[in-house]
Amino acid sequence: MKQLLILSGKGGTGKTTIAGAFIKLHDAKAYADCDVDAPNLHLITRHKDMPTKKDYYGLPKAYIDANLCMGCGLCQQSCRFGAISYKDIYFVNINACEGCGVCEYICPAHAVSLKETPAGELFLYKNESVFSTAKLKMGSGTSGKLVAEVKKQLIENAKEVDLAIIDGSPGIGCPVIASLSGVDMSLIVAEPSVSGISDMERIIKTARFFGTKIAVCINKYDINFLNTEKIEAFCADNNISCVGRIPYDSAAVSAINRGESIVEIDCASGNAVKTVYGRVVEILQKEIVL
Amino acid sequence: MGTNKKIVVLSGKGGTGKTLVSVNLAAADFDSYYLDCDVEEPNGHLYFKPQILEEKNVSVLIPNVNNDLCIGCKKCVNFCQFNALAFGKKVILFKEICHSCGGCALVCPAHAITEIEKTVGIVNIGISENVKTVGGIMNTGEASGIPIIKNILEYIKDKSGNVYIDCPPGSACIVMESIKDADYCILVAEPTIFGAHNLEMVYELVKLFNKPCGVVLNKCTEGLNPSEEFCKENNIEILVQIPYDAELGELNSNGKIAVRENYKNNELFYSLLNKVKEVIK
Repeated sequence: MKQLLILSGKGGTGKTTIAGAFIKLHDAKAYADCDVDAPNLHLITRHKDMPTKKDYYGLPKAYIDANLCMGCGLCQQSCRFGAISYKDIYFVNINACEGCGVCEYICPAHAVSLKETPAGELFLYKNESVFSTAKLKMGSGTSGKLVAEVKKQLIENAKEVDLAIIDGSPGIGCPVIASLSGVDMSLIVAEPSVSGISDMERIIKTARFFGTKIAVCINKYDINFLNTEKIEAFCADNNISCVGRIPYDSAAVSAINRGESIVEIDCASGNAVKTVYGRVVEILQKEIVL
Repeated sequence: MGTNKKIVVLSGKGGTGKTLVSVNLAAADFDSYYLDCDVEEPNGHLYFKPQILEEKNVSVLIPNVNNDLCIGCKKCVNFCQFNALAFGKKVILFKEICHSCGGCALVCPAHAITEIEKTVGIVNIGISENVKTVGGIMNTGEASGIPIIKNILEYIKDKSGNVYIDCPPGSACIVMESIKDADYCILVAEPTIFGAHNLEMVYELVKLFNKPCGVVLNKCTEGLNPSEEFCKENNIEILVQIPYDAELGELNSNGKIAVRENYKNNELFYSLLNKVKEVIK
């Protein structure tokens, strides 16, 4: 299975909209939403069936048994995450606890234990296509681990599929790194703003770590022509394929709000995405020959 | 302790305009602080172009194994919950996934493990006209920006004035770190079903912390606004509606701060500032 990952560094540049369009155009049989902090792809993929749900456990969290605790405070002194507080008794703030187990180890009274705690949910839609997604519980850490689970769930259920389309998350940190593992090609959706350019350069650096093929498309290119040209020049200088320009299009907003993909209606942004899709497929296939 | 008020600007979804709102509020206020907590993809400095007064490295502790002392018991490997240690002929560290808990050094019976500093990014303090800026940048390839965010927030502890905090997107631990001590939260939302869905998530988070909040509806166009409907259904105050406007889009995409330019709709930002000041005073 080939994996195409859609990334951007900066949020809100159009990853999900483009992922949704690619899924339609490719009639994709396998896709996933790796933005487990703020998943949105399910809002436009229109699956009729209910998904199968699975609890996701991150790392266990520490728990202090007040009956056993003798109040020495060693746990609080040893915790690097500031997760243990004292107010009449010592207690763990589970949002800050990373589950390292140091407090359990250090406690002379054996009052601390690590307990499994749900940190989110995994969803699997499986009918004519396989769609793997998840939602991290608010305030939980370990989103990278959940992303890895989303991808594992996708791969296990769609082994025979030629191409998987994966919607990534913003940023360059642990969830993005987890989504990049095993990916053949990253399509970066850039925005022609000073922020968009800065963030694009950082995500390209991160994606290069993983040796994936990289292509860039420019969304809302007509917001700033000069910056659009800067992005194209940057790509040319760095030997990165620039696979197209997509215009700002208010028709895209209304299509999304109807739960439709922009390639299902005749609009400027949808037509531009079709061109981008064609070029991406070409690059992916070229890789197969090589 | 300083007597500052912290106004946290957040949104579940990325790209809704957090930086636009926080930068313009800080610039419109008298003497204020602007904190850029999006250390993975910081953008605030592109607008303020601050004169940097101070820059410091942020580091975390990682284990350093003295192979002459190591007895090969693998206690450290077994203890590490994050699988950051493995054992071949000697202990191997995957430093990118180390959480710096210090457990391995603690459990080593041979005292073969000490902790050394590893730089994960920088924090910089700068000034741009009336605004003092505090920002940070995480090195690419690092997993977590939290140590850098903690450093940024630490800086303003003893400072006075209004502090505008530009958050990273999402609702994960990294966002919680920024809103824990907020005096007021501004949620920025886009007029799409994506925007409304992520607004709902981040609103739940703010409720969890029991923080007062209001919503800025950004990029408003004619027609349906699912985010606006969500606010109405849940009785959330809409602080201001910023219409989609090519002029603002262009200013913003060039890294210009609207309230420092002659932008036609600047009263939007001033009315937002007044509303916020009313709540936090």
